Amino acid sequence: MKYIDEYRDGAVARTLAARIARQADPRITYRFMEFCGGHTHAISRFGIADLLPGNVRMIHGPGCPVCVLPTGRIDMAIRLARLPQVTLCTYGDLMRVPGSAGQSLLKAKAAGADVRMVYSTLDAIRIAETEPGREVVFFAVGFETTTPPTALAIRQAEARQLANFSIFCNHVLTPPAIRGILESSSDGVEIDGFIGPSHVSAVIGTRPYDPFADEFSKPVVVTGFEPLDVLQAVLMLIRQINEGRHVVENQYVRAVTREGNKAAQAGMADVFTLRDAFAWRGLGSLPHSGLKLKNTYAAFDAERRFDLEDLPGRENPACECGAILRGIKRPAECKLFGTACTPETPLGSCMVSSEGACAAHWTYGRFRDHQRRAS
Amino acid sequence: MTIAVLRRLDLSRGHVDLSHGAGGRAMVQLIADIFHSALDNEWLRRGNDQAAFDVAGGRMVMTTDGYVVSPLFFPGGDIGSLAVHGTINDIAMGGARPLYLSASFIIEEGFPLADLKRIADSMGAAARTAGVPVVTGDTKVVERGKADGVFIATTGIGLVPQGLDLSADKARPGDRVLLSGSLGDHGVAIMSKRQNLSFETDLLSDSAALHGLVADMIAVGGADIHVMRDPTRGGLAATLNELAHQSGVGFRLEESAVPVKPEVAAACELLGLDPLHVANEGKLVALVAPESAEAVLAAMRAHPLGREAVQIGEVVADPQHFVQMATDFGGGRIVDWLSGEQLPRIC
Repeated sequence: MKYIDEYRDGAVARTLAARIARQADPRITYRFMEFCGGHTHAISRFGIADLLPGNVRMIHGPGCPVCVLPTGRIDMAIRLARLPQVTLCTYGDLMRVPGSAGQSLLKAKAAGADVRMVYSTLDAIRIAETEPGREVVFFAVGFETTTPPTALAIRQAEARQLANFSIFCNHVLTPPAIRGILESSSDGVEIDGFIGPSHVSAVIGTRPYDPFADEFSKPVVVTGFEPLDVLQAVLMLIRQINEGRHVVENQYVRAVTREGNKAAQAGMADVFTLRDAFAWRGLGSLPHSGLKLKNTYAAFDAERRFDLEDLPGRENPACECGAILRGIKRPAECKLFGTACTPETPLGSCMVSSEGACAAHWTYGRFRDHQRRAS
Repeated sequence: MTIAVLRRLDLSRGHVDLSHGAGGRAMVQLIADIFHSALDNEWLRRGNDQAAFDVAGGRMVMTTDGYVVSPLFFPGGDIGSLAVHGTINDIAMGGARPLYLSASFIIEEGFPLADLKRIADSMGAAARTAGVPVVTGDTKVVERGKADGVFIATTGIGLVPQGLDLSADKARPGDRVLLSGSLGDHGVAIMSKRQNLSFETDLLSDSAALHGLVADMIAVGGADIHVMRDPTRGGLAATLNELAHQSGVGFRLEESAVPVKPEVAAACELLGLDPLHVANEGKLVALVAPESAEAVLAAMRAHPLGREAVQIGEVVADPQHFVQMATDFGGGRIVDWLSGEQLPRIC
């Protein structure tokens, strides 16, 4: 695969790993949070931890859109799906996310709700067009990467005068979440630097990370999702720390600029506006961290269209997703991990999405827990 | 059996209706004109409710499988050929020589007769090529909406050569893991034709009957071949995890040795799938004692269906039964079972 294999080259990886080992100061512990679940997945899938020295620790962040959805929002989606006139279109991951009392969209579907797995917002638009008798609702989740496609779908639906299409909006923003983690760090985890996701910055640019470097003195490196990208970002963070610098650096120059994609930003600004606050799973309520549809697009807002009230949601009290999402605990430190909670019977959302820290550790990395115990 | 009073089936524009499953003349005609003509052999010709045949003494295997693949016709095959290959392969993985198949069709009212004939013909061709006749069958028609086109169930029996007893609990640490060719071709070929995914690819399903390859392997490896499996649903990952648990062992694989075609790798990348989880219908994995591994591998490579055979790892002692893999990139990971459903109705 051209343009992919080059970034997975084992020989280059060994060279980079050797350079990291040389530059990492044995007197320092480097604690880097990869904000995004995509990076968590790449780190686990390619076994990147095995290439890092013991004093360079990766802390998994909350950047997994499925993981940070509070249970109440899942309950609301299930309630929507159960309305007889509604066809709820969703990405596959969300089907298995546990709501309150053991409910999920998958179970609602089995019990008769019309829930359909789609691969893009445009699939949902197509269903709305071909089935005018159904109220088609798209379960919109994700950070700044998936928000422009949702904005595009809304504008298309308006242009085509689709009266039976709406979205259940759960789009959230990256910078407020990082701020939330940094501001709660008195009870949280010490972080020496951040790895920022390239796809988010392809939309918003690197500029929104400036405050974390300036205000909080944390180095940030925006990087891609291939394993060599991640290794190189680790090296760049180590260099900044060794040199006493804290700036925003862009490893992913092949697609990310400082200002980002203006057209995508304009599309988002046209359709969405900030919520006063959004309740994140694990991080709690964060001001100006979520998006909702502007009043001009109220007709496409499922929450208003179906008079959907906020539901509180009930989580399993033993579930440590919250602490794991803030980087305070590792997946294996949760009592439920691998016992009551597995990808087949997830009790927390971090065990569902392939980007979730628990699912990634269970799927790719749990053999290390046994190695650790044995040694 | 020909029944003169009936008008001929309209095989170009006609559809299956409920009378074709009702036990009357229309059903007899459907069976004769579509199934018997496509699958013709001495047992079917006798027109009994059962096939009678002599068997040599020895150890027999029996297996059954249902086929609900969607779409019914896909690049490199269709539900008819798949229903022959899949069941033959389940017999062959026991080291057995497949002898006879049965086939049961559940057809939805309104299904085009032309498609049904195409499927039966394909099934007949696959059975003849494999040398394994379909000797008895059944046809049911259900109302529109109660099935999706056609579902097929096939059952097969086979004879195990003397001295062989392959079983999933017989893997031993040190056994070599041999794979007959590239992974994921069938699953990706099917996905490329799904309505909500459709992408352009020249990739064909690998659907094939593997008993010839198995016979060649057994000829050189004999009882040193401890286990064989065809990694269908859930892919190689599911197969190796099952074997790890059934034999109480672990696996260590080398990612760099696992063959994946570039188009499969690209499609998986695009869809967020792991090729190790994607279904195959013409590949096998064999766990072979180290002393015979090279000879078996050479025999595989000498067969057209095993030309790209490789050793991808070995069986290790592991109380946790992990399937571990050294990544190309230089790290380690687990190869776990797929969670949830990757894509329904892949076979």
